[in-house]
Amino acid sequence: MAVIRKKRAQSVPSISTASLPDVIFMILFFFMVSTTMRRQDRRLVVCRLPEASQVQRLEKRSAVSYIYIGEPMPELRARFGSAPRIQLNDSFRTPRDIGEFIASERDRLSGAPLTVCIKADVNTRMGIITDVKQELRRADARNISYAATRSLGYR
Amino acid sequence: MMTDRRKIPEINAGSMADIAFLLLIFFLVATTMKSTETGLNRTLPPLADPARPQQQLRIKERNLMLVFVNRFDQIMVGREAVDISQLAERTEEFILNSNDDPHLPEKEQTQIEFLGIYPVSRGIVSLQSDRGTSYDCYVRVQNELTRAFNEIRDRVAMERFGRRFTELNADRRDAVQRAVPMKISEAEPRNTEAR
Repeated sequence: MAVIRKKRAQSVPSISTASLPDVIFMILFFFMVSTTMRRQDRRLVVCRLPEASQVQRLEKRSAVSYIYIGEPMPELRARFGSAPRIQLNDSFRTPRDIGEFIASERDRLSGAPLTVCIKADVNTRMGIITDVKQELRRADARNISYAATRSLGYR
Repeated sequence: MMTDRRKIPEINAGSMADIAFLLLIFFLVATTMKSTETGLNRTLPPLADPARPQQQLRIKERNLMLVFVNRFDQIMVGREAVDISQLAERTEEFILNSNDDPHLPEKEQTQIEFLGIYPVSRGIVSLQSDRGTSYDCYVRVQNELTRAFNEIRDRVAMERFGRRFTELNADRRDAVQRAVPMKISEAEPRNTEAR
C-alpha cells in the first residue's frame, strides 16, 4: 500500500486541454455579440472629425446613414482635385444626388426613422455642408447628427 | 492486432482550440465595438413650402437670439461681437432671464409632471453661418450652445431632484427636457444660392 501511494504522489497528471476550445468559443461568442461588422465601404475622403464636449451617442446604428464630406484622399487627388467632395456609399456625388440617396436608405430601413450622420472634415467650409443640409431638408430627412469625437473641454 | 484495428482512434481535440482562435482573430479584425460613434444631434427645420402662403409664426424680437458666425469665424450675438468663451454664458442668461428683463424672452407657465407649474422660456437661439465659415468653428459654436442648455438642465435637475440631469430616470429627464427645451434653430442660411 505504502509503495503505491508514493508512486501516485510523484507523477503529475497532465492538464486536460479538452475544455480550452470551449473557453475560446466563449470569448468568440462574446465578440460576435458585442461588436458589429465594420462598414465595408471604402472611404474616399479625408475625414478628421471635429472635437466637442457635449456629444451624444448615436443610438441604433442600423438606422443611421452616413454622408462623408472632405478633401479626396491623397492618392485620388490627381484625378479628383483637392476641393472638398461629398461621398455617398462609395462614390463621389453632388448635393443633387442626396435626395435619391435618402430614398434608397429609406427603402433599406423600410419605414424606420432615419438619422443622417454628417461626417465632415474639420477643415471643410460651411458652404458645402449648407448645401447638404438644404438637400436633406428637401428630402425631409431632418434628424441629423454632426459627427464629432468626444473631448473634455477647451483645447 | 485485430482488436487494435477495430478500435476507433480518439480524435485529438487539441487543434480545436486553434480553429477557435482563428475564428476569434477573424472577428477581432473584422468588427468594431458597438456605438462608439458620437455627435451633436439636431433636427433641421422643415423646408418652407413655396406653394403655400407664408403662415410663419411671427417670433417676437425679444424671444430670438441671433447667433451669426461669419467667414472669418467671428461670432456675433445680436449686434454685438462676442468671444466663443462667452457664448454659453450669454445663452444661459438669455434662456433663464432670471430678472424678467423685458428685452429677454417671455416665459410661459406650463404644467409639467414632477415639476408642477414651471416657467418655460420661449427663447429660441437661431444660428446662422456663412458659406465661408469653417466647420470646426461651427461645431464649436454648436457645442457651446448645447453646453448652455445642458447646464441649465443640470441646474434644474439639481434643484428639483438633487441629481444631475444625466442621472435622472427617463420620466424625470423627460420632464426636465420639457421645462428646458433645446431650441436651437439652424434657420435659413445666409447667401445659400451664391455659388
